[in-house]
Amino acid sequence: MSDTDTLIIDTTARIFQELADPQAVIAAVDDSWKTALWNALEEAGLTLAWVHEDHGGAGAAISDGFDILYVAGRHAVAVPLAETLLGGWLMARGGLQVPPGPMTVAVGSRAEPLRIRGRHLHGCARGVPFPALAEHVACVADGEGGPQVVLVATESADIMPTAGMAGDGIGQMLFNGAPAIAAARAPNTLGLEDVMLMGAAVRAQQMAGALQAVLDLSVSYAQEREAFGRPIAKFQAVQQNLARLAGETAAASAVAASAADTIHHAETFDDAVFLEVAAAKIRCGEAAAEGAAIAHQAHGAMGYTDEHALHRFTLRLFQWRDDFGSESEWAAGLGAMVAANGADRLWPMVASR
Amino acid sequence: MSQPIRFDPIRLPPEAEVLRAEVRAFLAEEIAAGHFDPQTSPMQDGFDRDFSRRVGQRGWIGMTWPKRYGGQERSYLERYVVTEEFRAVSAPVRAHFTADRQSGPVLLKYASEEIKMDILPRITRGECGFCIGLSEPNSGSDLFAARAKAEKTARGFVLNGSKVWTTYAQCADYMIGLFRTSLPTDDNRRHGLTQFLIDLKSDGVAINPIGNMAGGADFNEVVFTDCFVPAAHQLGEIDGAWKQATSELAYERSGPERFLETAYILTELTRTLGPEPDRREAEGLGRLVAQLHTLRRMSVSVNGMLQAGHEPVLEGSLVKDLGTIWQQILPTKARDLAAFAETAPEERAAFDALLPHALRIAPKLTIQGGTTEILRGIIARGLGLR
Ligand SMILES: Cc1cc2nc3c(=O)[nH]c(=O)nc-3n(C[C@H](O)[C@H](O)[C@H](O)COP(=O)(O)OP(=O)(O)OC[C@H]3O[C@@H](n4cnc5c(N)ncnc54)[C@H](O)[C@@H]3O)c2cc1C
Repeated sequence: MSDTDTLIIDTTARIFQELADPQAVIAAVDDSWKTALWNALEEAGLTLAWVHEDHGGAGAAISDGFDILYVAGRHAVAVPLAETLLGGWLMARGGLQVPPGPMTVAVGSRAEPLRIRGRHLHGCARGVPFPALAEHVACVADGEGGPQVVLVATESADIMPTAGMAGDGIGQMLFNGAPAIAAARAPNTLGLEDVMLMGAAVRAQQMAGALQAVLDLSVSYAQEREAFGRPIAKFQAVQQNLARLAGETAAASAVAASAADTIHHAETFDDAVFLEVAAAKIRCGEAAAEGAAIAHQAHGAMGYTDEHALHRFTLRLFQWRDDFGSESEWAAGLGAMVAANGADRLWPMVASR
Repeated sequence: MSQPIRFDPIRLPPEAEVLRAEVRAFLAEEIAAGHFDPQTSPMQDGFDRDFSRRVGQRGWIGMTWPKRYGGQERSYLERYVVTEEFRAVSAPVRAHFTADRQSGPVLLKYASEEIKMDILPRITRGECGFCIGLSEPNSGSDLFAARAKAEKTARGFVLNGSKVWTTYAQCADYMIGLFRTSLPTDDNRRHGLTQFLIDLKSDGVAINPIGNMAGGADFNEVVFTDCFVPAAHQLGEIDGAWKQATSELAYERSGPERFLETAYILTELTRTLGPEPDRREAEGLGRLVAQLHTLRRMSVSVNGMLQAGHEPVLEGSLVKDLGTIWQQILPTKARDLAAFAETAPEERAAFDALLPHALRIAPKLTIQGGTTEILRGIIARGLGLR
C-alpha cells in the first residue's frame, strides 16, 4: 500500500470515528450528525475522489475510491458517500463538471432504459438509494445519437420513497421530462451494464468493510460477555462459529479487493471485469447472510436491540446485497456466460489472472 | 480497532503466465498421448512415476528450491501456477506431490548436507516419493499423543510402534515420521517428539493397505518392529518437533489442492447443463463459479504473502477451511443442479461416472491434513479468542 493510500484510509477512518460513532449515532436525537459528517467528508475531498481536478473533483485513483468505500462500510456509512463517488465517476465519463453536494445514481431497467429527448429525461428507476438526501441524480440515458450521461435535480423527479432495510431511504424515481442540468454524449460503449458493474463493485467493498466491523464487534463481545462463570469466547461452539464468521469476512474482503483492483487496471469492462464483479457481488452477498446470522447469534438478545450497534451493520449488509443486482441476478448472468462459453473455457477464465 | 483481515489482490507476474502456457502445452501433449484422461483420471489412484519423471525433466518439481539440490529457484507464485494447472485437469501427480509440497521443504530446512545432496535431486527428477507419518491409532488431531517410539542406540535410533492412514506408503521410498524420544513434561505436553527420515526399504517396516469407502486403498498402516534409523536421519531438534511444524503448515494449507480436488465435477456440470441452461441452473452454476473464483484469489494472495516472506498462519487456515468445505459440498450442489438437465446421455457420461466418485471421496476432504474443527481452533486463536 502506498503512502497516499494510507493517508486516504486514515483520513476517512478519522472522520467517521469522530462524527459517526455507532453508539453516538444511535443515541442522537435527530439526523444533524449526518450533515456534519457529510460536510467533513466533502471538505476532505473524499466525496468526489473519482472526479478529475479539472471537473471539480479530487482526482484520486480508482483504487483510492474503493479504499474509502471499504472504510465507509466499516463504519456503517449512512450518507450518500458511495452514491456520490459513483455519480462523480459517471459524470467523469461524459467529461462533465460535477456540482458539490450529495448525489445519487439512477438506473433504468434493461427492458426500459432511461431516455433523454432534447434535454429532458424520461423513464423509471427503481431502488434508487438516498432519494431524500441526494441533491442530484446522475444516470446514463439513451439519447437520439447514443448514450448520454445526464444530471438532473432530485426534486425534478417523482419519488416514491421507502425506508429500505436499514432506514437510509430508497425509492422509485419517475422522470417525466425532468430537465437536464448537465448532459453529454458518453463513449458509445457506456451503458446501464457499466453502472451496474461499478455499483456492484462499490457495494461489495462496503459489504467487506461492514463484515469486518461485524467480526470485530463479535470478537470483543465474546471476550467481554460472561456466562457460566467465564467469557463466552472460551466456549468452543462460540469459537468455531466466530472462526466461520472470520472466513466469510475474509472471502468478502478478498473478492471485493480483487474486483476493485481489476477495475483499477481495466481499460474497458470486458469479461474479466464481469467475472470479478459478479463474483464479488455474489460472494459478498452470501457472506452477508452467513456472517450476519453468526454475529447475531454470538450477541444473544443484546444484538437484537435497537440500542446495540450491530444492526447498523447487519441491516446495511442486507440493503447493500440487494442494491445494483442481488446475488441471484448476478449469478444467473455469470452462469449464463460460463455455460455459453462452454466447459473447456471455464478453467482458463477462472485462472486468467 | 484491530487489524482487518486482508488478502491483497496479487497479480501473477508475467513470467508466471509464460510458464502457464508452457504447462498447458505440456499437459495437452500428455493428454493427447493418452498418458491420462481428465475425464477418468480422478477415479484412478494418480500414481504414475513415468509421468512424474517427465514433469521432473521440465524442472517443475522442487522448483522453488536451490539449484544445487536440483531446484530452479523460481518463485512460489510460479509453483502455484504449475500446481493449479495440474490440478485443473486432474493430472496424476501423486508420485511426486507430497515430496514437492511438504517433505522436500522439511529436508531443506532440517536435513544434513549429505542427505540433501542425495535425496533432493532425486525428488526433483520425479524418482523419489515420500509419505507422511504423523497419525497413529490413538493419535490423530491430537498429534502430541503419539506413542510410536524411537530409542537411541550407539549409531542411531530404533523405531517401534505403528503409524496409520499413511497415504501412499506402499509406493513411497521414504517417510518423514514423528516418533516419541522422551515423555512429555509436566509444563509442556508437546515435548518429547522428534522427526525422522525413514527409508521404507529398511528391515522392520511392514506396510499393510487399508481399503477406503471410495473403493481405493490409498492409505496404509505402517508397522515398525526394531527398525534401525541412522543418527544422521534425525531431522531437527531432539524432542523439539513441535517447534518445527508451524511454519510449513501455511504452505500445506493454502495450495490449490485445497479447493480443486473435486473441481472436475464443476467442469463436467458445465458440460451437462449445456450452452443454454435454465434460470435455476444458470444461477446455481454462477454461484459455484463465484465461490471458486473467490477461493482462488484468496489462495493466490496467500502464496503472494509466502513469497514476500510472511508466515500467514491465519490466512492459510482460512483458505483451507473455506476451500475444503467448498470442495466437499460441490458434488452435492452439482447433483442438485443437474437434476433436470436434458442433456444427451453421451454428453453427460463423464459427469455421471465422476459424480458417484466425488460423492464417495467427499467425506475425507475435511479430515485429511487436519480437520475442520482443528482448523477453526487455529483461526479462533488467531482472532484472540483462545
Ligand atoms: C484420506 C486420508 C488421508 C490421510 N493421510 C494421512 C497421511 O498420509 N499421513 C498421516 O499422518 N495422516 C493421514 N491422515 C490422517 C489425518 O491426518 C487424521 O485423520 C486427522 O488428523 C484426524 O485425526 P483422526 O482421524 O484420528 O480423528 P480424531 O482426531 O479422532 O477426530 C474425530 C473428530 O473429533 C474432532 N475433534 C478432535 N479433537 C477435537 C478438538 N480438540 N476440538 C474439537 N473437535 C475435535 C475432529 O475434528 C473430528 O471431527 C489421512 C486421513 C485421511 C482421511
